[in-house]
Amino acid sequence: MYDAGKILFGLLVLAGLTTLPVWYNVARGKAGPQPQLTVGTTEKQCVLPTAEMRAGHMALLDEWRTRVVRHGEHATRTSGGREVRMSLTNTCLGCHAQKDQFCDRCHDYAAVKLTCFECHVVPKRSK
Amino acid sequence: MRAFTALLLVAGLVGIAVAAARVPALGPVVTVALPYAAVAVFLLGLVVRVVRWARAPVPFRITTTCGQQRSLPWLKSQELESPSGTLGVIGRMALEVLCFRSLFRNTRVRVGDGGRVVHGDRRWLWLAALAFHWSLLLVLTRHLRFFVEPVPGLVLLVQHVDGFFQIGVPELFVTTFAITLALAYLAYRRFANPQVRYVSLVADYFPLFLLLTIVGSGILMRHFAKTDVAAIKELAVGLSTFHPRAPSTLSPVFAVHLLLVSVLLAYFPFSKLVHMAGVFLSPTRNLANDNRARRHVNPWDPDVKTHAYEEWEHEFHDKLTAAGIPLQGAPPPPAAGIPLQGAPPPAAGATSQGG
Amino acid sequence: MSEAKHTPAELGRIDLRPPRSDRRPALPEFRKGTYCYSALAKNQRYLGLPSRGEWQPHQEQWPLPDNWQRIILDGMADRLKRFRSLAVFMDICVRCGACADKCHFFIGSGDPKNMPVKRAELLRSVYRRYFTTAGRVLGGVAGARDLTPEVIKEWFYYFYQCTECRRCSVFCPYGIDTAEITMIGRELLNLLGLGINWITEPAANCFRTGNHLGLEPHTFRDNIDFAVDELHDITGIKVETPINKKGAEVLFIIPSADIFGTPHYFTFLGYLCLLHEIGLDFTFSAFASEGGNFGLFHSHEMIKRLNAKIYAEARRLGVKFIIGAECGHMWRVLHQYMDTLNGPADFLEVPRSPVTGTVFDHARSTRMIHLAEFAADLIHHGKLKLDPARNDKWVVTYHDSCNTARAMGILEEPRAILRAVCNHFHEMPENTIREQTFCCGSGSGLGTEENLEMRLRGGLPRASAVRYVKERHGVNLLACMCAIDKATLPTLLDFWVGGVEVAGVHELLGNALVMQGEKARTVNLRNEPLVAEEG
Repeated sequence: MYDAGKILFGLLVLAGLTTLPVWYNVARGKAGPQPQLTVGTTEKQCVLPTAEMRAGHMALLDEWRTRVVRHGEHATRTSGGREVRMSLTNTCLGCHAQKDQFCDRCHDYAAVKLTCFECHVVPKRSK
Repeated sequence: MRAFTALLLVAGLVGIAVAAARVPALGPVVTVALPYAAVAVFLLGLVVRVVRWARAPVPFRITTTCGQQRSLPWLKSQELESPSGTLGVIGRMALEVLCFRSLFRNTRVRVGDGGRVVHGDRRWLWLAALAFHWSLLLVLTRHLRFFVEPVPGLVLLVQHVDGFFQIGVPELFVTTFAITLALAYLAYRRFANPQVRYVSLVADYFPLFLLLTIVGSGILMRHFAKTDVAAIKELAVGLSTFHPRAPSTLSPVFAVHLLLVSVLLAYFPFSKLVHMAGVFLSPTRNLANDNRARRHVNPWDPDVKTHAYEEWEHEFHDKLTAAGIPLQGAPPPPAAGIPLQGAPPPAAGATSQGG
Repeated sequence: MSEAKHTPAELGRIDLRPPRSDRRPALPEFRKGTYCYSALAKNQRYLGLPSRGEWQPHQEQWPLPDNWQRIILDGMADRLKRFRSLAVFMDICVRCGACADKCHFFIGSGDPKNMPVKRAELLRSVYRRYFTTAGRVLGGVAGARDLTPEVIKEWFYYFYQCTECRRCSVFCPYGIDTAEITMIGRELLNLLGLGINWITEPAANCFRTGNHLGLEPHTFRDNIDFAVDELHDITGIKVETPINKKGAEVLFIIPSADIFGTPHYFTFLGYLCLLHEIGLDFTFSAFASEGGNFGLFHSHEMIKRLNAKIYAEARRLGVKFIIGAECGHMWRVLHQYMDTLNGPADFLEVPRSPVTGTVFDHARSTRMIHLAEFAADLIHHGKLKLDPARNDKWVVTYHDSCNTARAMGILEEPRAILRAVCNHFHEMPENTIREQTFCCGSGSGLGTEENLEMRLRGGLPRASAVRYVKERHGVNLLACMCAIDKATLPTLLDFWVGGVEVAGVHELLGNALVMQGEKARTVNLRNEPLVAEEG
């Protein structure tokens, strides 16, 4: 008694599950490199180096929120020594004005829910 | 000592990963070559292992019955503990695989004064094992977001439910806690329970430490030493579409995470972790208790010499006659190959044991 | 013998906490009372098995053949290809320890190598060393070890310290069955000719005469006739006991101890009452005079050799179906092995009760049913007139035998009978009955006198549960359906508990059964007054 059929079925399920992303991506045909981001500004430097912003912007925004809302602070210094106002709407969105061409692209790509705009107003398209 | 060996092994792997992250030339090895090799070894190794098991037949139906058999219509049979058919077996296996039914029975025994044996329920092992395995499944499901584009609704749902409490940015997952606590308990138990400690091998500590380090590095990346998630997704998607693009820089934490996952995958088919596949092939669980209703065929049925009635009647002919027991009367067969040399066995009554 | 110096207080001091490490594996000490004597050469030869001459396990030097390692490794390779159970069980254990304190031998001895996981590791460590790459390369780090004569000694000690009761397999998350490991371990030892006499001798007897005790046909007849006379004295009824009767409806198979030892014998009287009262057309067979099968404790080949006579006799005698009496391991063989090894039984009919018309559909292939199934059906249909008050001197508990519980699932039939035939019935604690039942400690061929200390230790969990119901409910009788239980539990209970006797379920049925034409019963089947004497 070997039950070869059942075992073969099991192995196919195993192989299928292990390689699931491959088949899914083939079927949907949309998988590609990370999206290009559009920044509507001439500013050369964000408040932190780009790499740090890409990895840790959520922590920075969280920190800013706490400092503004809880401690009443408003100004901070960037790593470059520039003084900026801790404000999503006024500081961040000043450069990154187009949510759908900036925030959403990565957040959609990485499937991370963007919660900022549950309170903040989405800026109108400038161009 | 065994735990220490395992710890050294894992520490060594962490060291290799951290070192590799500093050498740009090794980037593609750690991020592309190694994961591909690991998945290939995992899949092929597991298939080879299962095929090796499968080539051995199940000669007898040796179901362990954990409940009432199906016999008389007015006696309620326990189909999930002693299944009489395929449906029951599926149910029993589902309970076993999804709920760890047998582990749920766990008790702890103490021997008190005068040999008084005391049984107590002991469900911590069951709870930790279940928490670990289910968390791992959910964590793996969540990780699909890195490998596929667009991210399917199911993955988003799991992520949403897992992060239900919305604590922190990025939010803490319930499974993060569950898997860490479960693994920590399982590791603690290996040390603290003298019985388990006694039977534990290097091969028991190693995967535990490996998993703990993988979980730890994951937590580190999500909550402390943050990494560029989009870049990681680009790598993962590249791997799963066979257009791998090694990232330009490699964070040491991510290198540790990825290298240890690769080692875990490659180690899998050669370790006790094959219980994942083996649990489905365990003949005491995956067979119905229908032995007397359906004949089980053994492909290597042993060809052995049995004692024929005629030989027996021939040997005891006179005693049978004297006792008035009816005879068949057939002539005895030619003495076939039974090895009757040597003294006959001892006379009756030398033993008084049960039949 | 050493048992004289044992007291319950002394044997009951058990520490279940193993030492912190087993880095220096101590060799088993073959201490008198904890192991079984080797198989006698004449028995090995009779069965055509390799013999090592005269030797005993406590000797320093074991008479291993020159190529013993080759024999063992080839034997393992062969069995890994023949038994998926072995192949899977060698690989998947995670050493979670759930089985550790489920083994009666571990509970009773505290010897950490009696933890089921460790018993399997005895084999697994050798498997790793010679059959896995990691073990070949890494050796000890991978949990592998060389096959040395010490390993063989350890195998012998611990594979004959497992009663194949399968309790651990109930708790294992993967259903790893130590009975399977032990059976194969013993097969390997047998390849070297290293067996124990308490298994080989009954097997040799059984092969020659048809039964373990070596009762020759005239003795078989005499013993049954004696029982008939005894039953006549008790009930005033002379029952028919045909032997080798052609054309009977039913072949009735018993464990041979039922006509030889007590308390088995009282159960045998119970069978006779029942079979007579319903007028069943049955026959004994003097050749198939044993349903028990010590082959189960020896090798799969030996199971077949000893079991073949049952279907052969059923065919020769032209019966319609077979009923088997109370026995544990006999029923594991009949339920899980017989049809595969010696079937198909297409020359028989699907068992159908001639009294109630019930068709035993669950036995439609093997065509053999348990007497308890048959009797429970009779009782359910009100076909038996019962007077449970005749068992009023007994406060009864029921001990599930390992094999009928965990390899068959016959749990409710005996209980249905007991509830009908006696007024005072109390279950032992949940963790010690049904699928979690504890072995008597003497099963699988270990019930020998020289092994007494180990048997007492192994039987401790069972005895402890009996003591519990004795203290709580005044239980004074343990009912069971296993011949080995009946042979060994009286000794065990006398040692640990005291004041509790052992009986078969059908003995109590025989007591309660009101037979047509019987004289007023004043004594039970033990020839004791029906009511307890006031004292």
